[in-house]
Amino acid sequence: MPRTSHWIVRRLSHLDGILLTLVLVLLSISLAVVTSASGQSPARISGHLINIGLALGVMVVMANVPPHLLSRVGPPLFVAGVVLLIGVALFGEVRNGSRRWLNLGFMAFQPSELLKLALPLTLAWYFQRNEAVLRAKHFLVAGVLLLVPFLLILRQPDLGTALMIGASGFYLLFFAGLPWKVILGGGVLGAASLPVVWGLMHEYQQRRVLTLLDPTSDPLGAGYHIIQSTIAIGSGGMFGKGWMQGSQSQLDFIPERTTDFVFAVFGEEFGYVGAIFLVGLYLAIVARGLVIAARAPTLFGRLMAATLSLNLFTYAFVNMGMVSGILPVVGVPLPLMSYGGTALITLLLGVGILMSVATHRQLNKS
Amino acid sequence: MGFATQLKNLDRELARFHGRLKVGAAFVALLAAALLARGFYLQVVQHEHYIQRAESNRISRVPTAPNRGLILDRNDRILAENYSAYTLELTRARTDNLEATLAEVGTLIEITPGQLRRFRRLLSESHEFETVPLKSKLTDEEVAIIAANRYRLPGVEVKARLFRNYQAGPGMAHVLGFVGRINDRDLQQLRDDGREQNYKGSAHIGKTGLEQSYETLLHGRTGFDQMETDASGRAVRMLSRIPPVPGKDLRLHLDAELQAVAEHAFGDYLGGLVALDPNTGGVLALVSRPGFDPNLFVDGIDPETWKSLNESADRPMVNRALRGIYPPGSTIKPLMALAGLELGLRKPSDSISDPGFFSLPNSSHQFRDWKRGGHGVVDLRRSISQSCDVYYYKLAVDMGVDRMHDYLAQFGLGEKTGIDLDGESSGLLPSRDWKQRRFKQPWYPGETVIAGIGQGYHLTTPLQLAVAAAMLANGGVRIEPRLVQAVRDPLTHTWRPQPGGARAQLAITPKHLEVVREGMMDVMRPGGTAARSAAGASYTVAGKTGTAQVVGIKQGARYDADRLTRKHLDHALFIAYAPTENPTIAVAVMVENGGSGSGTAAPIARAVLDYYLTGKRPGDMKLEAENAAD
Repeated sequence: MPRTSHWIVRRLSHLDGILLTLVLVLLSISLAVVTSASGQSPARISGHLINIGLALGVMVVMANVPPHLLSRVGPPLFVAGVVLLIGVALFGEVRNGSRRWLNLGFMAFQPSELLKLALPLTLAWYFQRNEAVLRAKHFLVAGVLLLVPFLLILRQPDLGTALMIGASGFYLLFFAGLPWKVILGGGVLGAASLPVVWGLMHEYQQRRVLTLLDPTSDPLGAGYHIIQSTIAIGSGGMFGKGWMQGSQSQLDFIPERTTDFVFAVFGEEFGYVGAIFLVGLYLAIVARGLVIAARAPTLFGRLMAATLSLNLFTYAFVNMGMVSGILPVVGVPLPLMSYGGTALITLLLGVGILMSVATHRQLNKS
Repeated sequence: MGFATQLKNLDRELARFHGRLKVGAAFVALLAAALLARGFYLQVVQHEHYIQRAESNRISRVPTAPNRGLILDRNDRILAENYSAYTLELTRARTDNLEATLAEVGTLIEITPGQLRRFRRLLSESHEFETVPLKSKLTDEEVAIIAANRYRLPGVEVKARLFRNYQAGPGMAHVLGFVGRINDRDLQQLRDDGREQNYKGSAHIGKTGLEQSYETLLHGRTGFDQMETDASGRAVRMLSRIPPVPGKDLRLHLDAELQAVAEHAFGDYLGGLVALDPNTGGVLALVSRPGFDPNLFVDGIDPETWKSLNESADRPMVNRALRGIYPPGSTIKPLMALAGLELGLRKPSDSISDPGFFSLPNSSHQFRDWKRGGHGVVDLRRSISQSCDVYYYKLAVDMGVDRMHDYLAQFGLGEKTGIDLDGESSGLLPSRDWKQRRFKQPWYPGETVIAGIGQGYHLTTPLQLAVAAAMLANGGVRIEPRLVQAVRDPLTHTWRPQPGGARAQLAITPKHLEVVREGMMDVMRPGGTAARSAAGASYTVAGKTGTAQVVGIKQGARYDADRLTRKHLDHALFIAYAPTENPTIAVAVMVENGGSGSGTAAPIARAVLDYYLTGKRPGDMKLEAENAAD
């Protein structure tokens, strides 16, 4: 018994107290909002609890994996992910007009999910490997590594995921020291190529962007989601209508309200004060992540911690921006708030890596 | 590369990384600021706007249509009522395939080609999301069949609806009019009048007759249920309720039995009849033959029936009593006689010798009397009882058309009577002015001559003649005819008298009126033109016959009724009132192509007077009633 409890204490010692507290507060809010949004559906609540339990378990496990071990998992994962993406392009299942799914017989699987972590892991591993001799060539190779999955996913087509994965790769390059000239040059080039990109976009993607610019143009079709969610948020006012009191939420006006549009429910029932608190929580997580990055002893740890932090906030920003009507509807869940096992596990896996980087500092040094 | 340089490099790298972290933090702060700014805009700045939109999402006003008021006759016999029935209705937008659904319904219950045609016509007039009735008055069995098969009939519904029923049938159609489905034009009108809200739950509106002119009273006020509804429009709970206020019931002056007697008396003839209470102006009967079945229109008429009604040579849709305009013929003579006396152009005792024709000075044209050889010596009373044309040719010339116009106008000829029905004709009372305006031509003396016997430009409606007859009966009180005598409040159930029409006393020297009345009584006495029609009456009648020419008769030719087909026969006219000592009914009858006033129009008036004053029905009618009872 003492040995077992000692083991447990050692495992738990790898958790970062601040991050854990913030995550648990967010998850508690999530549970309350999903309860309200689902109309107190027991299936949804228990499902969410199970997802939370699993994801927390994954987080504890990841926190105990030393970064140097973790860095070795990246490349094989990346290779497997790219191979699967090519498989999707060749044999993938078409749903809603895009080829994203790989039918494994017993389940359908989106390889792009895999790359959300595999890409930064691989890039961080690559930079760590070449830390001493880092030159322009290495940034070029990293850029290619980034572009391969980005283009494959873009072609599915899945603009949202491609951009999110592209962003995570870019963050990593940025923290690795990508020269400002290249960043600014790329930005100018990107802006200039916008018209070309517009021409290459699928019609449904163009429509999404157009609907975003003027949701009222299609109030019963594509604009419906945005209109209803902004009504929900706006009608929440300063202090909100109260938990389980939102008429937009409770009367089915908000679509996907336990998953992608959960922020509309939150905004309606908890108001602007609630929104400030929620954004504050995300900012706190990012701040803690950046502190961990600043203190990390290895380049791999620094890059991973900084990238994962920014990535998490990017997800939160894109989701809240979309639900409140300043970004296109791209189908990104709100980190640690939306119902859904895969996203939750992936996110807490990332948090686990952050904790691992934070707590393996002394061990590495010694 | 030495160890020191490597360390130095490492320090530099670390410093750069920390710089990048700060940039990253700033970037995150920027995104957060954008989110919070958006939140501030939506939740603080625009909060009022969005709370309103959320409320209008949440709350829907479901209209509840009020029950339409009933229409009752003077004895509270129901003429127009409501009944609840199941109808089969379709919403085009909710059907997968309209034709397939129609075919499917057709295999389950009987749909007649007429119902299908009517449905298609209504469909073409409706919006995609409106429900359109396919078949009304479903039997319980049909309701059960449809209910059992509803799952494979998307867009098909069985609805309980209130229907209007006119049990009095074709005879009352021209009085009651009918309601019909609200069409785009009605909707536009309601919108213009600002009454649109009140028709949110209503499918029908009064289209003609009393249903139209009393629409506001009959319709009532639409109620609204404030419902909380979810996104799919399903009502979750009721928040508040404004109950509908039913429409008001109308009680008419009209006697449905009297109307039926008059209808019956017309037999096969077409025409119009108006019976008034000369004291109140109440309309006791208003007949236009032929009638039509108003029930056909309530839920949309099928195109074939509509076409046949509209294009029929008998023109059943025209209200002859109200809108039919005919030369008044000799029925104008009592008024002309009165005018002669009042204007001092004639004394009762003045008499003429009638050679059978009249010629203007310096003219060889002969205006013939209807009686060949003339009536001999004729004074005013005899001029009426014998309907002497020459007497009135002369009087008209002495009077001149303008004085004639001004006097007759006081009896309401040439203008609308102001009855509480829409669509009345004003007829035509000629004058010099009028002719100049209308034809840019001077008035010719010969036109004055024939105007004296109610021919030429004169045009009157049966309703106008009835008002004139009533004025002779009531001593010159100008009345505005009214169909509705009382209105019942649906909440208190009390009848409130409807204000009568305007009244105006015309100054007539009693002595003069008395002579004219004596003349009209002579008409009904042995030797008078309509004596036969008064034979055996238990009350005294005053009347005047008339005929209105349909075909002009050439100079020197003779009118030969046998040689003319019926549609070229003259229109027969008759006005009367009774009992003469204290008149309670005045009546005007017009029989299209009836030939002579005494032959066809007077007997119809007699039947009406008999029933109204003694309760006696025409002999053959009683038999019909008994047969029906068997």
